[in-house]
Amino acid sequence: MEVINEMRLEFPSKSQNESFARVTVAAFAAQLDPTLEEIADIKTAVSEAVTNAIIHGYENTIGIVTVIAKLYEGKIEIEVIDEGKGIEDIEKARQPLYTSKPELERSGMGFTVMETFMDEVEVISAPGQGTRVKLVKYLKSAGGELRRNDGQG
Amino acid sequence: MQISSCRIKQALVVKIEGELDHHTADAVRERLDSMLEDPSIKYMIFDLSQLKFMDSSGIGVFIGRYKVVSQRGGAVSVVYVTPQINKVLEVSGLYRIIRKYDSIEEALSAVGGCDE
Repeated sequence: MEVINEMRLEFPSKSQNESFARVTVAAFAAQLDPTLEEIADIKTAVSEAVTNAIIHGYENTIGIVTVIAKLYEGKIEIEVIDEGKGIEDIEKARQPLYTSKPELERSGMGFTVMETFMDEVEVISAPGQGTRVKLVKYLKSAGGELRRNDGQG
Repeated sequence: MQISSCRIKQALVVKIEGELDHHTADAVRERLDSMLEDPSIKYMIFDLSQLKFMDSSGIGVFIGRYKVVSQRGGAVSVVYVTPQINKVLEVSGLYRIIRKYDSIEEALSAVGGCDE
């Protein structure tokens, strides 16, 4: 499948960048002409992944969070990458209501939200190796195709 | 992020404007907890009409306040929930412990707040 467009975003793991990251990815995804619901889904999933990188990956120390987004025809692929502490037990981390930080009043629903709002969620992580979360969403609108035809005049 | 509130009998109607995520959750939590220092508040009704975005960080905020008022025999409800926020609340199972109403009046009458 051919990549129509791609972008890469790098920012320090400060919580004020959560909003910046989700709004930026949503603006980029708009090139595929998604529905309002699809845009809201993408924003929410990106927010969860970036928040995880900041709270769990870097545990509120400062590191670099990288977000890569690739647009395909009718599909967006987003990767949220941190170089932080990594996840020991990915299966456990993905379970609804599981949180390693209950004292922070975290709900433990981050991965569940990502899985519900996106079509595919892949987590690659190991202790000390950082975490890479890949989010894929197929867009129901034919916007990607329309957009390309527009470009051809 | 703006929070305004209005007291009606035992209920506190709280309007949250802006975005509720991990970055803003602490400030929201602090504001709500200072409001809840008044022990006569049993019910919290959240007006979400002006909340533009919420992720699972908001779930933790609602559950935490639910724990406080439920110990007083009260409850938490939400009104004017937008589709994006509704989806987050539904997925996280929050509607098992908090109720959703279509209007503030409806939420108030459910807790006896509109009785003459």
